[in-house]
Amino acid sequence: MKNKANVVVIGGGVVGCSIAYNLAKKGVKDVVLLEKSYLSSGATGRCGAGVRQQWGTKQNCLLASESMNIFENFADILQIKRDIELKQKGYLLLAYSDKELEQFKKNIEVQHSLNIPSVLLTPKEAKEIVPNLNIEKLVGAAYCAKDGHANPFQVTLGYAEAAQRLGVEINKFTEVKDIKTKNDALLGVQTNKGFIECKKVVVAAGGWTQNITKMAKIDLPIYSERHEILVTESVKSILDPMLMSFSYNIYCQQEPVGSFIMGYGPENEPHSYNMESSWKFLETMSKKATWLLPPLKNIRIIRQWAGLYNISPDRQPIVSQINQVEGLYVACGFSGHGFMLAPAVGILMADIVTGDKLTYDVILDLERFNRGEIIEEPSVV
Amino acid sequence: MDENKVIICRCEDVTLKEIRNAIREGFTTVEEIKRVTRSGMGPCQGKTCGLLIAKEISQMTGKPMEEIELQNIRPPYGGITFEEVTKGTITENDK
Repeated sequence: MKNKANVVVIGGGVVGCSIAYNLAKKGVKDVVLLEKSYLSSGATGRCGAGVRQQWGTKQNCLLASESMNIFENFADILQIKRDIELKQKGYLLLAYSDKELEQFKKNIEVQHSLNIPSVLLTPKEAKEIVPNLNIEKLVGAAYCAKDGHANPFQVTLGYAEAAQRLGVEINKFTEVKDIKTKNDALLGVQTNKGFIECKKVVVAAGGWTQNITKMAKIDLPIYSERHEILVTESVKSILDPMLMSFSYNIYCQQEPVGSFIMGYGPENEPHSYNMESSWKFLETMSKKATWLLPPLKNIRIIRQWAGLYNISPDRQPIVSQINQVEGLYVACGFSGHGFMLAPAVGILMADIVTGDKLTYDVILDLERFNRGEIIEEPSVV
Repeated sequence: MDENKVIICRCEDVTLKEIRNAIREGFTTVEEIKRVTRSGMGPCQGKTCGLLIAKEISQMTGKPMEEIELQNIRPPYGGITFEEVTKGTITENDK
């Protein structure tokens, strides 16, 4: 392991790997990435694997559509052979009230301003796309055929591979123990395998980000929360798009290999680092899923697990420098959407770290909470 | 022995060759190989392939078997249908 670096990236999930790759691509030498376990062992490898562009704010739409462009051309852009299993069979967002449908209409206007090809559908049209869908109580739906699925492990490994080819040193099973500072500037990072002297550190440690920044005496306004998920055995294809409802609170998709993967947002879940599975989730999930998609009832659930959402005050990402410590940066608070935004976030963070003009016209800095500029994104599970 | 014809993970149809390639690429834990090759992601959750993969890692890296961690086995363990979970528990409030 190098004992000196220009930039140390902490976190080997999709966001950390994307940042490391984009820094190297911009010509930054001696980038070192640290991951306490294996790559994608945290939130990335536990996520629902959905990639969508149907957002309600312009900046989320922009980051999502730019990310989708990269997913679509991943192997060419990164010059790698890895197949990320991109499946663009759409996201079908379900509306169960007129108010929800109105919101979808407004969102679609924003999406169209960025050429995201979303459309509003009647319940009958939704059923044409998903013949097995229970459309009882359904008022309407929004659909974008270009949304879909990608394999989070392969995307992360793709970024890691491309980053290494550009000179990034990736250290797996390397745990950060301390961040040394002096007079509000960085001295370096202490790991279980030695000390790395550096002036810049990017923390992209998912659910553990707030613990890492505490080592530099920075308290971030974010917390972590368990979200559970399950997967079924593989069966023949009966569901093309990702089904999602904000009010009924569910997401469910059939992966290219044929297994269904699904989850919902927990209620009254305490802030914690708990990643245990619960029986309650299995039961509630089963009821929700079989009501929405009745043929599921005969399919076997084979595995359930949990991961951490890292949640910010407005449930929107924080991609920012930290003013109190020169050279310290964070990419966190993705609130369950880090995977799908990671390609654009990597580019953005590389701009911030190198002091270049931002590639995207977005405001994701930490200071927005002090300025009272809370981002209001209506489309979050 | 033809590495291409030896199936290590029967649920996901992963060959010995694929496992060995993953280890050569630097994935030297059962959890990593699971994510790269899908071995152990099927209904049996690696009950058969987990140990075989651990043995391959041990042979190729020289790490003793007892130091190689097996994959997590997660609930609901046996494979259970949605209907078996929901039977008799659906009330009007759930709809």
